[in-house]
Amino acid sequence: MRLLLSHAMENGRRKDEAGQIAPAWFIQHLRASWNGKLVLSAYWGTAVSKNPFVQFSFQGGQAGDKIAVSWVDNLGEQRTDEALIT
Amino acid sequence: MHRREFLASSSGATALALAAGSGFTPAQAADAPGWNPAAFNAKSLAEVAEALGATSAPLESADVTLQAPELAGNGAIVRVSARSALAGTTQIALLVEKNPVALAALFEIPAGTEAQVATNLKMARTSRVYALAKVGEQYLYAFREVTVTLGCDGA
Repeated sequence: MRLLLSHAMENGRRKDEAGQIAPAWFIQHLRASWNGKLVLSAYWGTAVSKNPFVQFSFQGGQAGDKIAVSWVDNLGEQRTDEALIT
Repeated sequence: MHRREFLASSSGATALALAAGSGFTPAQAADAPGWNPAAFNAKSLAEVAEALGATSAPLESADVTLQAPELAGNGAIVRVSARSALAGTTQIALLVEKNPVALAALFEIPAGTEAQVATNLKMARTSRVYALAKVGEQYLYAFREVTVTLGCDGA
């Protein structure tokens, strides 16, 4: 299973183009579940690259099964997406 | 003479003021439940392992493998892959020793999920990269030295 998430993953130490410090903004907890069963949980710091990529494998997934991926970042923002195994 | 008393009462007042303020202003967002601040503040492999609950020093193991490039041109995106060949692996952590924060990612591996993950990490400079696996109550690791040409200031 490959995940590609859209997130800035700012560490709070980097200066942007205008010379301002970009505030820390990064995903802290990622969860992936398959038909409601947790298959991966990940806690992240600021050193995961922008627009994070994750690849992992689990046993039992079949075409048509539902995958849910959710994350929460250090500012409390959350997002959940669902997809079917193809 | 009354100094101690003064300090005590003044700190009490400060605490009250903070408590009152928090009711009216948006609170600083809390870390996600389960996110371990001690582990994400640790500066070395040993400190990270300890913060994760290790009771003995982590051991180097050939059963843990780490794939990372010898030379990374761009420190903003370095593909790292880690695997533990041992049954009973419940966590795989990825660390970049010379980043401002050593611990980059901590993956928890439920039963049924293979103890193998790949992700992209930011590297501030040339450094050892570690894969640290929790197997039972033991922490085992592998490492590689990754030479970074252009360090990432966002690491």
